Amino acid sequence: MSVTIDMERMAPPLEESAAKISVRNFDFYYGDAKVLHGISLEIPDRQVTALIGPSGCGKSTFIRSINRMNDIIPEARATGSIIIDGRDIYGPGTDVVALRRRVGMVFQKSNPFPKSIYDNVAYGLRIGGMRRKRDLDAVVEKSLVRAALWDEVKDRLHASAFALSGGQQQRLCIARALAVDPEIVLMDEPASALDPIATTKIEELIWELKSNYTIVIVTHNMQQAARVSDRTAFFMLGRLVESGDTRNIFMNPQEKMTEDYVTGRFG
Amino acid sequence: MTYAVRRRTISKVAESLCAVAVVLALLPLVLILGYVIAHGLTALNWAFFTQTPKPVGETGGGMANAIVGTLVLIGLAALFAVPVGCICGIHLAEYPTSRFSALVRFAADVLNGVPSIVIGIFAYGIVVLPVKRFSALAGGVALGLLMIPIVVRTTEELLRLVPPGLREGALALGATRTRAVFTVIVPSALPGIMTGVLVATARVAGETAPLLFTSFNNHFWSTSLMQPIASLTVQVFTYAISPYEDWHRQAWAGAFLLVMIILALSIVARLAIRGLERMNRP
Amino acid sequence: MQRSADDRLFRLMTGAFAALVLVIVIGIGYELWAQSVLSIQKFGWSFWTGRTWDPVAGDFGALPFIWGTIYSSLLALILSTPIALGIAIFISELSPRSLRQPLGYLTELLAAIPSIVYGLWGIFVLVPIVRKAEILLPDPLRKLPLFSGAPLGVGMGAAGLILAIMVVPYTSSVAREILKNVPVAQREAAYALGSTRWEAIKVAIGYGKTGIIGAIMLGLGRALGETMAVTMVIGNAPQVSLSLYAPQYTMAAVIANEFTEAAEELYLHALIEIGLLLFVITIVVNILSRLLIWSTRRRAPNVVAVPPVVEEEEAAA
Repeated sequence: MSVTIDMERMAPPLEESAAKISVRNFDFYYGDAKVLHGISLEIPDRQVTALIGPSGCGKSTFIRSINRMNDIIPEARATGSIIIDGRDIYGPGTDVVALRRRVGMVFQKSNPFPKSIYDNVAYGLRIGGMRRKRDLDAVVEKSLVRAALWDEVKDRLHASAFALSGGQQQRLCIARALAVDPEIVLMDEPASALDPIATTKIEELIWELKSNYTIVIVTHNMQQAARVSDRTAFFMLGRLVESGDTRNIFMNPQEKMTEDYVTGRFG
Repeated sequence: MTYAVRRRTISKVAESLCAVAVVLALLPLVLILGYVIAHGLTALNWAFFTQTPKPVGETGGGMANAIVGTLVLIGLAALFAVPVGCICGIHLAEYPTSRFSALVRFAADVLNGVPSIVIGIFAYGIVVLPVKRFSALAGGVALGLLMIPIVVRTTEELLRLVPPGLREGALALGATRTRAVFTVIVPSALPGIMTGVLVATARVAGETAPLLFTSFNNHFWSTSLMQPIASLTVQVFTYAISPYEDWHRQAWAGAFLLVMIILALSIVARLAIRGLERMNRP
Repeated sequence: MQRSADDRLFRLMTGAFAALVLVIVIGIGYELWAQSVLSIQKFGWSFWTGRTWDPVAGDFGALPFIWGTIYSSLLALILSTPIALGIAIFISELSPRSLRQPLGYLTELLAAIPSIVYGLWGIFVLVPIVRKAEILLPDPLRKLPLFSGAPLGVGMGAAGLILAIMVVPYTSSVAREILKNVPVAQREAAYALGSTRWEAIKVAIGYGKTGIIGAIMLGLGRALGETMAVTMVIGNAPQVSLSLYAPQYTMAAVIANEFTEAAEELYLHALIEIGLLLFVITIVVNILSRLLIWSTRRRAPNVVAVPPVVEEEEAAA
């Protein structure tokens, strides 16, 4: 199932880039306060890119800029570009609603709707216009399978989402995000509210998902970043200090600040 | 129209309808206040404030006795409601988790929802019936009953906001509970409690139904508690449903005065609340 | 020793005043029953089904008033609910932050206007407008039972309209509170899945659904007990009619109008029995509404996120 994207509504294509997401000189302001300074970063396709850094360093703000979730905050302002598949999503004429179908998001605290498990996963499909039960059933099942939740809920699809445990609810939110067939999945500290076993399940899931999706994950847990990601970007005070192959960042960082952070000297 | 465009249009239309709803609701507000001000202001004259009603059919006269009557009734109501409501609120704040408190809180909520005319029947039963006479006292009791739930709720809420350190400090200095509550805790919440009383007063100042068969009405000057007494609200009602043009004019004047009184009470209460919030911010 | 004696005295004395409130509520119920006993004994259940209200003959049936109360209140709900919800949505979701407080204050102003002023405005401004509308209604529609009868202006239509205006601020202010308490995370989840603004609002409403129903019931409770404004525009005729044009009567209105004219005890008792029913109905509606509103406030949105200690504290509070 693919979603029709209103091509005329996206910004005209810029120069080609090998990366799935290409961030060019991106600044972000809350009112007068500048919280992101000149971020430039390449995020490759079908890999997991982790964003790490001490709290308050801007990594959450940054990841929320990729699907323009910050738009709902009144005094938010951005300059620079974020180019996805050759089109700048901050360019004029961008259809934000369509963007958010291509770029899914999973939040730190799972936030299922007060509906059944089935209706949660089907939500994105229904607002997209899918009506036939047969089609909905198929996609709901596929998404729950992909989120490694199907076996646990297949007999109670119409039970309330709140009946699930915290870890299950988070996987439900992942299934819900996957249902609309995004190309990119953003995860803002997806396991921070979960116990270790649930966390492991999520990390395994991320590993499986990357063959089909580009994943960007914010995490304050460096071990998690090291386990799960292919590339890592280190943020500090709203600036991108260093980015590169995860192994290099952790074992052979170029910047001293990076080295201090990954060795636990601060943060 | 593609599905995406349709969704966007639906969203815009729905949002506009909500804005329309706001306009539709504010329209009667503007109309009502507008008419009251227009017809009422022009009908106000010196006679209105100083004279009592003229006999049926004659023009002129005023609502002086009704204005005083309303003040008397509100005063009586406050006299009943403030002690009962405040002390009840104090009990609820001091023993918030007892089953008795839960029951009382529930009763206050129930009392709050009873239609004012039913309260009027009750006041009729206990004050008018035994002496077979309408009285200002009965009206005051009815209005007081209406005020009680509001005073109870505000008092309890405000007392619970008082920082516990205050009570501990008083008790540590050897004060008894009674003393601690009445000399330290209540005074610190007093401005808020008085605001609650103002709000309750504003609510009952405009009541008519319960007065119809408790304080009834009185065309003459009277402040006696055991006699029927005039009130702005009942007088406006009597004049409004009468066939006399001049009485209609006076009814608008009475309505205007009523709205002004209630507005004044509400504004004072709101300013007081804001002032309190500012004071309590460290 | 001294302190605990004082403690007990304090508890007793303040408790006495608190008990007074309890006694009052029970007393109201008792008094209403005691003062309507003649009517209860004479008519029994047929009081509620009887259509004749004949004080002269001493024959009392309260059906017209029950009908009028329910009809006018339902009308008020149908008219006020969309507007109240629209206002609540606008103020809490759509309006610029600077407008929120003034708009909220203006809506509450509607609630501060006394009933008698609504009634006065109703008689002299609303009723003539309604009458004009009744006359202008095209003839084919006039044949329907809903619009049949002489265009008097006063009648069920005017009553429903004025009640709707009076109810709007109550429903909307509670609905606003409910919407304000919907976690931002719910809306974010909707937006992240590519929802339009309205779709995200629908998610918020769905989350607060129970509380919003409670808000509507609160409005119903208000409408049921409203007296003055209704009696001034409804026509005060004890008849059961579907027509919006027809003058009708409500329970509160008949009590207000006829109480002081009830010379015989039976008459008075019949009126008070109506008051008893009004008392019971409004209590039930108000309790239901509070339960519904209260239940949304207590819902724990995410079982994992709320540590058990906090929940215990909340339960104790």
